Parts: sequence; structure tokens; C-alpha cells
Amino acid sequence: MALLSFERKYRVRGGTLIGGDLFDFWVGPFYVGFFGVTTAIFASLGTALIFYAAAIGPTWNPWLISIAPPDISYGLALAPLREGGFWQVITICAIGAFSSWALREVEICRKLGMGYHVPIAFAVAIFAYVSLVVVRPWLLGAWGFGFPYGIFTHLDWVSNTGYQYLHFHYNPAHMLAVSFFFTTTFALALHGGLILSAVNPDPKGPGNGEVKSPEYEDTFFRDTIGYSVGTLGIHRLGLFLALSAGFWSAICIIISGPLWSRGWPEWWTWWLNLPIWS
Amino acid sequence: MNGYRHAAAAGAALGSLILLTGCELGPKTVSQVGYRGAGLNQINDPDSTAKASAIPAPPYAVPEDSGPLASESYQNVQVLGGVSAERFNHLMAAITQWVAPPAEGCNYCHNPNNLASDEKYTKIVARRMIQMTWNINTKYASHVKQTGVTCYTCHAGNAVPKNMWAMSDAPGTPTRIRGNKFGQNAPNPAVGYASLPYDPFAAYLGQKNDNIRVASKTVYPTAAQTASTKDAESTYGLMMHMSTALGVNCTYCHNSQSFSSWPLSRGQRATAWYGLRMVGETNAEYITSLQNVFPAYRKGPHGDVYKVNCTTCHQGLNKPLNGVSMLPDNPVLRAPPAMRAAALPGPADNAADPADAANATAPVGGTQPVGTE
Repeated sequence: MALLSFERKYRVRGGTLIGGDLFDFWVGPFYVGFFGVTTAIFASLGTALIFYAAAIGPTWNPWLISIAPPDISYGLALAPLREGGFWQVITICAIGAFSSWALREVEICRKLGMGYHVPIAFAVAIFAYVSLVVVRPWLLGAWGFGFPYGIFTHLDWVSNTGYQYLHFHYNPAHMLAVSFFFTTTFALALHGGLILSAVNPDPKGPGNGEVKSPEYEDTFFRDTIGYSVGTLGIHRLGLFLALSAGFWSAICIIISGPLWSRGWPEWWTWWLNLPIWS
Repeated sequence: MNGYRHAAAAGAALGSLILLTGCELGPKTVSQVGYRGAGLNQINDPDSTAKASAIPAPPYAVPEDSGPLASESYQNVQVLGGVSAERFNHLMAAITQWVAPPAEGCNYCHNPNNLASDEKYTKIVARRMIQMTWNINTKYASHVKQTGVTCYTCHAGNAVPKNMWAMSDAPGTPTRIRGNKFGQNAPNPAVGYASLPYDPFAAYLGQKNDNIRVASKTVYPTAAQTASTKDAESTYGLMMHMSTALGVNCTYCHNSQSFSSWPLSRGQRATAWYGLRMVGETNAEYITSLQNVFPAYRKGPHGDVYKVNCTTCHQGLNKPLNGVSMLPDNPVLRAPPAMRAAALPGPADNAADPADAANATAPVGGTQPVGTE
């Protein structure tokens, strides 16, 4: 890929966390760095193990391939490769690859003198994954509570794990997470629509296609709902909504089992039992 | 700014504490009930798991089944006449211990001046309940296995079993839209405090016995498959009751990939299938037959007698009394004397299976359901 003439000034030396100058170079458009190397190692090994485990499994149907965690009887110990050990090593590779990728983003942020918003946001996604395959299994005392790596089987896991609490929609953190997911898409649609309406209006429309300034965007929402969160604020809000969705998703599964074992509808009896009216 | 941050931190800490009060802390007991990683697990909090009632010691050792029959020794012995008087007396002593309030003892059912008299309604009920116990133990080995049931399974020392049901919503409930909940949207313990229809018992465990299975067999609706979302919610309500009654979650019987598929289900689902029929027959044939015997204060708001559901026996345990059989100490309750004479010394599991005749596609055997849907 051709290097654009102005890109050179952004390709500055330094900012690395580990390795000094050793991996401080680019391959084509991609910055490498120490964590680029570890990402490549973990991702390649993990992917190879997925193919290996799939090869000794019963099917090559991509929907049905599944690499399952060990039986609960193994607890937090290592299991033989074919009885969940593959899942354990693949999990280590996945966490290694995801974390390396986040730290590579940190190094790039440091080079550019930017904030760490993107790696922090990605870290929330990693946290959600780690909640499922490390935190909750660890709290329940067995790796077997992690979800299997398969397209259909992980959906079965989600469904069955939900029905372990009879009616998962009553999980308060699930309620928050779902609300944040919906609000995130709602806010993104409003924001995308607003920007396009100001920057790319219909040439045959009332403004003759003239590009509008952000004041117009603010005024649209002030006229509509009396308030505009502003050009910077909408991005803070969007990041908050999206991270909250992922965060509460992680919380909703961590509390299911470790902190509550009965049906989620029954959890709400604390409200019915408040001394105010009970 | 600092004050604001402190206030926010304090608020978050307080909020977290309040949320935690609704939680179960401490380690859980876990068990896997399906293939690894499929999410088929039971997770229980030892502190909130139901405890089995302590089984009382027999009043005295079971006597030999010999000597004169109860019908020869006593008058008006309509049901237990074929039992030896020794064992008849032993059972009476046990029932007194299991059911009668201690202050009343024998007099809870009997006129002390004339034990043969049928003047107390409780005696007539007890007579029918012994027939019911025999029916359950002989006809429903598919559900109660060789453990069987005795009076104590349900009564647990109470004159009236603690867990029972009658038709809900007393007369006077609004019939118009305003204020009428249409039998749902109330946090009712019968359906695990969900908003689901809260009287699944009249629909499935009484006289009506609606079809519990609502899953479609085809992609599109057909004339034969007309179950609505509301029907599915009713079924869901019943399943909430069964889960609560047994202290288990849905995956104890089902794989939610397909609730209706027998090959994906555990053997426990077949046991429950027989149990539903057992409860239906028990309510229809034995308990409702006492409609005119029970006094009004022993009936529900609609005037129907209180009937049994899963909780009546199970009381939060997947096996009532944790699977301990009280029949060895109370052999009279295993089967009617005539049947015991024919079947002894083998177990009374040779009774005709009602389910096989009722539904050809039903599972046969207790552990390996066959067929689909």
C-alpha cells in the first residue's frame, strides 16, 4: 500500500511500552511493535488450535463445529486436550491476543499523543469476554461454566444459561444492558442522521445543498427538545452508552450464579418485602 | 468538583450495598446435567435450598402381618379391612403422628366413644386418602418409583398439607378492563413471582387438563397447531411452578435448544410427564370426589376443595424427603391388601401404565424417552 505523502510526519519513533526500538517499525500500513508480535503469535496459535480441535471433532459444518470447555468435575484444573484442554488453551490465546491488541493501540496512542479512549473502550469489550470465560467460571469454581466456541453451541449455552434462572429478562443488570444497547443504536441513528442532514443536505432541497455549520445541528435539537448535548458531548454520550451496554452485559452474567441461584423474577421479592409496605 | 465526586462515590457505594442485600453471597453447590459447555447446570445456594422435613421415628416396630384381620376385630373398616389388626393399629398410630394435631390425637378423626362412627368428616377424607396413596404407589411407579409416598410425604406433620391450590381470584374480581388483571401480571409465588398467568393449576392439574405442549411442529401454523402466545405463557407459568416446587431450574429436564424434543431432554422429564398425569388423576378422582365431604372452611374462595400440585409432595426438593422411602416402616400403604398378596414379595410396579394407553407417542420407561414431541 502506498504511503501517503503526509503520513510520514505521523510515523514517529518512540512511545513503546515494551521492547524499545526493537519492534518499532511498520509493515505496510500496519504498526508492529512488541504487542503486534504477541498479537500475531497468540492469534495464529489460537486459530491453529481451533482448526486442530475442529479436525478431530465430528463435523466440518461451520455452524456445528464446537470446542467445548471441560466437565465441571475438572474444577479450575487443566483438562486433557480432547476433554476441554483445547478450550482452555484457546481461551488463553484469545485473551492474550485481545490484550496485546489493546496494548498495541495504547502504543499507537502514545506515538500520536492521543488519549487512550479507544484502547479503554476495547478493554471493556475484553472485560465482557473475560467475565464469561474467566471471572464467572472462577467464581463458580469450574472452567466448565465458560461458553463453548461454536456458532450454534454458544447460542445454546446462552439460552440454557438464561433458563437456569427461569426467566432471564428479570435480571436487573440484563435490563440495564438491553436498555443501553437500544439507547446506543438510537443515539447513533440520531447522530448519524443529524450529521448527514447538516453536511450532506439534498441539493434540490430548501438550502440548495449548502453545507451547514454545527450551530445548525445544535439548533435543530434545541428547537426539537430544548437542548443540544453539543458536538463533543454527543461523542462522550455515545461512548458512555456503548460502554455501559457492554459493562452491564458483563455484570448481568457475573451475578447469575455467583450472586443469585434462583429464578430472576424471585430476586425482585426484595422490593415486595421492603418494610415500607410489606 | 471534589464534593460532587465524593457524593457520587458515596452514592455508588451505597447503591451497590443496597443491591447486594438482594443477593445470595457465599459459595454455591454446582452440578452438571448435560454435555460439557452446553449450559446444562444446576447451581444452588445451600442457604436458600429447601430442607427436607425430619422423618419421625415409627411409633413402634412394624408388627408381623398375622392374626385376625382388621375387619374381624373392628366394625366399619371399609378400606383397610383386609389388613391384619396388628398392622391396622400400627398404621393408625403412624397417621396420628403424621397428620393429627397433637392436642386432638385419635379424636381428630374419631369419636372417642365410638371409633367406628363416620360422623367426623376427617375420617371419611382419611379413608379416601388411603385409597389415593395406594393408587399412587401401585399405578404410578413411573413417577414415585419404589420410594412411593405415605401420608407424611404431603402432610409432614400438618393436619392440612401446607402446599395446595384452589381456583384463584375470589368472586368479586373486576370483570371489566379496568382493574382486571386477567389472571396475570401479579408477582405470584405460584409462578415464581413472574408476570405469567398465575393459575396454571386449574388449567393443567384439575379437571380440564389443557395441552401443555405448545411448541410448533411446523414452520407455519396449521389447523392442528393453534397454540397462541398466551397458551405458551400459561405453559411457562406451569413450568415455573414445577421448577420452584422441585428447587431446580429448567435445564434439570430440558435442553432449551428445543423444549419439546424428547431426545434432547433428560429422563427426569419423562418422570415429570408421568407426575403430571398422576397429579391430574389424584385431583380428579380422589380429591374432588370429597367435594361434598369437606366443610366450607376447608375450601377455596370459589368453593372448590384444595387440591395437590407438585409442591404438595416435593416441597422444594427434587425428590420428596430427599428420596427416603417410608414404605418399609409402613408396608400397608404400598398397595391394597389383595394386590400385595398377589405381588409379594416383589415391588408393586406391575400396575398397568395409564400413560401408554393414553398417548402412543409418550415416553416409555423412566430414563430413556423415545420418540419426538
